[in-house]
Amino acid sequence: MIDLEPLFLSFEVATLATCLATALGVAIAGALAEGRVWGRELIDASITAPMVLPPTVLGYYLLVLLGRESVIGHGFEALFGAPIVFSRGGAVLAATLGALPLITKAARAALEAVDMRLVGAARTLGASRLRAFFSVSLPLARRGISAGIMLGFARALGDFGVTLMVAGNIPGQTRTASLAIFDAVLSGRDADATRLSLIMTALAMTVLIGASYLTRQRRDGF
Amino acid sequence: MASELRLTAKLALQREASEPSFSLDVSLDFGPGLSVLFGPSGSGKTTILSALAGLLRPDSGHVALGGQMLFDGAAGVDLPPNERRIALVFQSLALFPHLDALGNVAYGAPRELSKVERALRAASWLSRMRVEHLARRYPNSFSGGEAQRVALARALASEPRALLLDEPFSSLDQSLARELSAEIAEYVSTLSLPVVLVTHDRAVARELECGLTLLRGGRVENVS
Repeated sequence: MIDLEPLFLSFEVATLATCLATALGVAIAGALAEGRVWGRELIDASITAPMVLPPTVLGYYLLVLLGRESVIGHGFEALFGAPIVFSRGGAVLAATLGALPLITKAARAALEAVDMRLVGAARTLGASRLRAFFSVSLPLARRGISAGIMLGFARALGDFGVTLMVAGNIPGQTRTASLAIFDAVLSGRDADATRLSLIMTALAMTVLIGASYLTRQRRDGF
Repeated sequence: MASELRLTAKLALQREASEPSFSLDVSLDFGPGLSVLFGPSGSGKTTILSALAGLLRPDSGHVALGGQMLFDGAAGVDLPPNERRIALVFQSLALFPHLDALGNVAYGAPRELSKVERALRAASWLSRMRVEHLARRYPNSFSGGEAQRVALARALASEPRALLLDEPFSSLDQSLARELSAEIAEYVSTLSLPVVLVTHDRAVARELECGLTLLRGGRVENVS
């Protein structure tokens, strides 16, 4: 019987990571789409960078930033009694980093496509900038943002390199499905590797089809 | 407020980057009741409305409403649109596609009211504009005239101190435009706030019997 624990762990890690990346990504996209942020292209580029940088580079940065000797890592350990790195939290952060660019990019594009006159109308009707964002921009951009969230989830589900660097390969803690496949191949358990790979592929395909369905839907269905 | 509600403005603006370059330099004074701002397209009408409502910042000048300074370039005063209480009905109407008519109209109703009160207020504005049957329908199903009425109801439900209408009849056929413009003129005459109607249509401008400001190339050419 196949060991399903890594799959469940992957789900848990990816779900938490997607929530984190959504909150962060939508907030950043909102600020970028607003267009009055200093250095917006620099911010955009640094959020996109994880898509093209080697996982080892990202993992190394995270280790430096969050390791037990770093300020953040030290503070976290003092507060919660355990380090972030080489824990489930580290795996979540690694997956968040992968999901963030996908969600931010999709959210920015969707928010920028919202008719500015609708936002202007909301403002003249007494809505603050923030209320206009939550009551007009966000609902009108929800399809594009949802598609980004689905892609982000798929990406978070499959993270390997950064997770291995930052969180290691601890059974039940950080050994997600992609790490379990790596293990299975190394120890010659080809049948396990095949099964897990097929399941991961099916999941990814499902999410991708869902996302393309969302983006292709006509927008007049309100 | 004891003093009558007047909307006055002096606006200057340069857009050299645009092609052709555009400059605006106008002094405006609108009293309570309907005023028409008439001019060909490109004369700066929409720019003026945006500046009055606070959606666009002029280079210099001032905007005042009922003695309150809304914008003063020299003094650094620039109230955001949500604090000006100037309702603007866009040429595109800009109805929120994700809200039904009731939701659209309730959106601008005073926030200190409860949700139920806002909905009741919205319903009464819809019936005053004779479109109460649209309450639960969404803007993509409205006819041109219906959308116009809902947009007007939404603007008035926000209890504005001035109302700006950008080409309100441009999307309607002529007989409907005439009917609606007569109705609006009659309705507006009962309001004690400045209502500025922008049009490039000479027929509309002539038909509405009220003060007329003629705009050409970003300058006021004539006030009558």
